[in-house]
Amino acid sequence: MKIACCIKRVPDSETRVKIAADGKSLDEAGVKFVMNPYDEFAVEEALRRKEKAGTGEVVVICLGPAAGQETIRTALAMGADRGVLLQTEKTPADSFETARLIAAELKSGTWDLILFGRMAIDDYNHQVGVIVAELLGLPCVSAVSHLDIEGLKGIAEREIEGGIEVVEFPLPAVLTVDKGLNEPRYPALKGIMAAKKKPLEVKAVRPGAGTIEIAALTPPPERKEGKIVGEGAGAVAELVRLLREEAKVL
Amino acid sequence: MSTTLAVLEQRDGALRKISYEVVTAAQRLGGTVEAVVCGTGAVQGTDQVGRFGADRVVTLTNPSFARYDPEGCAQALAERITHGGYEVVVFAASATGKDLAPRVAAKLGVSVAADLTDLSADSNGLVVTRPVYAGKALLKARVAARPAVLSVRPSIFTPVERPKAGAAEIVAVTAPVVPSRVVVREIKAAPAGTLDVAEAQVIISGGRGLKEPANFKVLEELARAFGGRAAVGASRAVVDAGWRAHADQVGQTGKTVSPSLYIAVGISGAIQHLAGMRTSKVIVAINKDKDAPIFKIADYGVVGDLFEIVPKLTEEIRKLHG
Ligand SMILES: Cc1cc2nc3c(=O)[nH]c(=O)nc-3n(C[C@H](O)[C@H](O)[C@H](O)COP(=O)(O)OP(=O)(O)OC[C@H]3O[C@@H](n4cnc5c(N)ncnc54)[C@H](O)[C@@H]3O)c2cc1C
Ligand SMILES: Nc1ncnc2c1ncn2[C@@H]1O[C@H](COP(=O)(O)O)[C@@H](O)[C@H]1O
Repeated sequence: MKIACCIKRVPDSETRVKIAADGKSLDEAGVKFVMNPYDEFAVEEALRRKEKAGTGEVVVICLGPAAGQETIRTALAMGADRGVLLQTEKTPADSFETARLIAAELKSGTWDLILFGRMAIDDYNHQVGVIVAELLGLPCVSAVSHLDIEGLKGIAEREIEGGIEVVEFPLPAVLTVDKGLNEPRYPALKGIMAAKKKPLEVKAVRPGAGTIEIAALTPPPERKEGKIVGEGAGAVAELVRLLREEAKVL
Repeated sequence: MSTTLAVLEQRDGALRKISYEVVTAAQRLGGTVEAVVCGTGAVQGTDQVGRFGADRVVTLTNPSFARYDPEGCAQALAERITHGGYEVVVFAASATGKDLAPRVAAKLGVSVAADLTDLSADSNGLVVTRPVYAGKALLKARVAARPAVLSVRPSIFTPVERPKAGAAEIVAVTAPVVPSRVVVREIKAAPAGTLDVAEAQVIISGGRGLKEPANFKVLEELARAFGGRAAVGASRAVVDAGWRAHADQVGQTGKTVSPSLYIAVGISGAIQHLAGMRTSKVIVAINKDKDAPIFKIADYGVVGDLFEIVPKLTEEIRKLHG
């Protein structure tokens, strides 16, 4: 199995968001960056598929600044074979531009599977994998939380409102993966040492401006100061009154 | 004047409620609103869409559109959009919309401005707002693409009746048959009577404070007291422990919800949980720790033991609905 995984470098979800002086971006000072959590499911799935097949290669691709090398090393430490950093000054904000550059890189190889996360936890865009599939003309299933593959046929499950869709697709394919698919492994010390010697190619790329122009990044609107209604079961009557008369939700 | 295309959703031949939200969002931009839905034939509910501001409702029909047909719908919509001269195309950021919108956008060569919580048109074009960084910031952006492809977060654009003079025109158009490689073989439905957290008006979510899985029946009883409007949600801690299904998880790696009432019970309020529910209209927290972070974003808090408070609340809600 030859599998590509696209991994994004994102601020850790605990990060305190400070807005930069330009009023349009995150102030990255002191921010800890990690591999997008959904992409960990993708890397894990790739490793398991390769292990099951007994042969193959897992290649991770990251588009972003030089520091993206650290994200790639994390995946290599988990067990991926090699990495490609599509290096830019900053991680591009535009999904189509991101997808275009990743698709161009993927075209230089042949793959049985190309895996993405369901979404990146910084931008919540939920689309790069699907757009890449379209650009490559490959079948795509998004938000996969269960996967079976027999030969060139795959069956995936994806959560929808009020149920689960069971989707059949042929390989090669692009999948975007959801939580529930697997439990990602932690890199072992041995893996971390081995990762240092694995190949990591750096290629400079140039994203275009895209079609969505960021005007401002602002703190979310403050929620109106809440109140503690009281303590224990004795506060319930007052809570219900407030929900009825003040909040008008009952 | 500009035309906006609102992409509706159906399941089992009937429009899904989210469709009215999409139309409501689309008509915010002014101009003409055309609504479109993929189906096998007449879709139940299309005659109601006009009430929410649509001027025309088009059903793209194809025998393969009984269940969601990702490749067929994307192709049919992209063709319609390419020839239709729309300025803006609005999808729902639902499970289906999150799959379909990027397929269509890719065919048009643009990004999706996804999961919007606000949108407006001014003389300089289209301005959209979306939460980023787990809801810790709001991004305001201008969308330059024509057509602009948008998706709107469920439960944000409350349907508003805005009938236009005269009934909306209802049209059916045969969509070309595309041999789809990706086929939905089956839908495993959740047990009858369970409402999905993504669609409930009231959500009662439980966390590790519930102590053990069987105790969730306390929350289920409260949900029942709301008479079919409420669903039971969960924090990741209890989903990972196997107490509840992943489908019920609210938060960054679960569902994003915006119900009119969210009751967090025995949930501490970790940032990743808040990411999924902070756009709820009214938030109630029940927690024995008065310093729990959930109280910082709750509108109303009750400090104390959930096993005393929740049954009392159930009783009071039953009285109201009784
Ligand atoms: C990448 C990433 C993604 C994540 N995604 C999600 C996500 O999608 N959703 C999510 O929820 N979390 C998510 N988390 C986990 C999150 O950080 C928290 O660990 C989790 O939300 C905690 O769950 P909890 O509130 O149920 O448990 P705890 O934090 O243990 O809180 C339990 C609460 O119950 C209260 N309590 C105990 N007993 C009682 C009682 N008898 N009566 C009243 N109150 C009581 C306690 O005071 C406490 O506040 C994610 C974490 C990471 C790193
Ligand atoms: N800059 C990037 N580099 C590599 N992969 C990316 C990048 N941006 C997005 N992806 C992939 O696309 C998925 C969805 O991202 P998004 O559409 O931004 O929510 C992520 O989980 C990654 O797998």
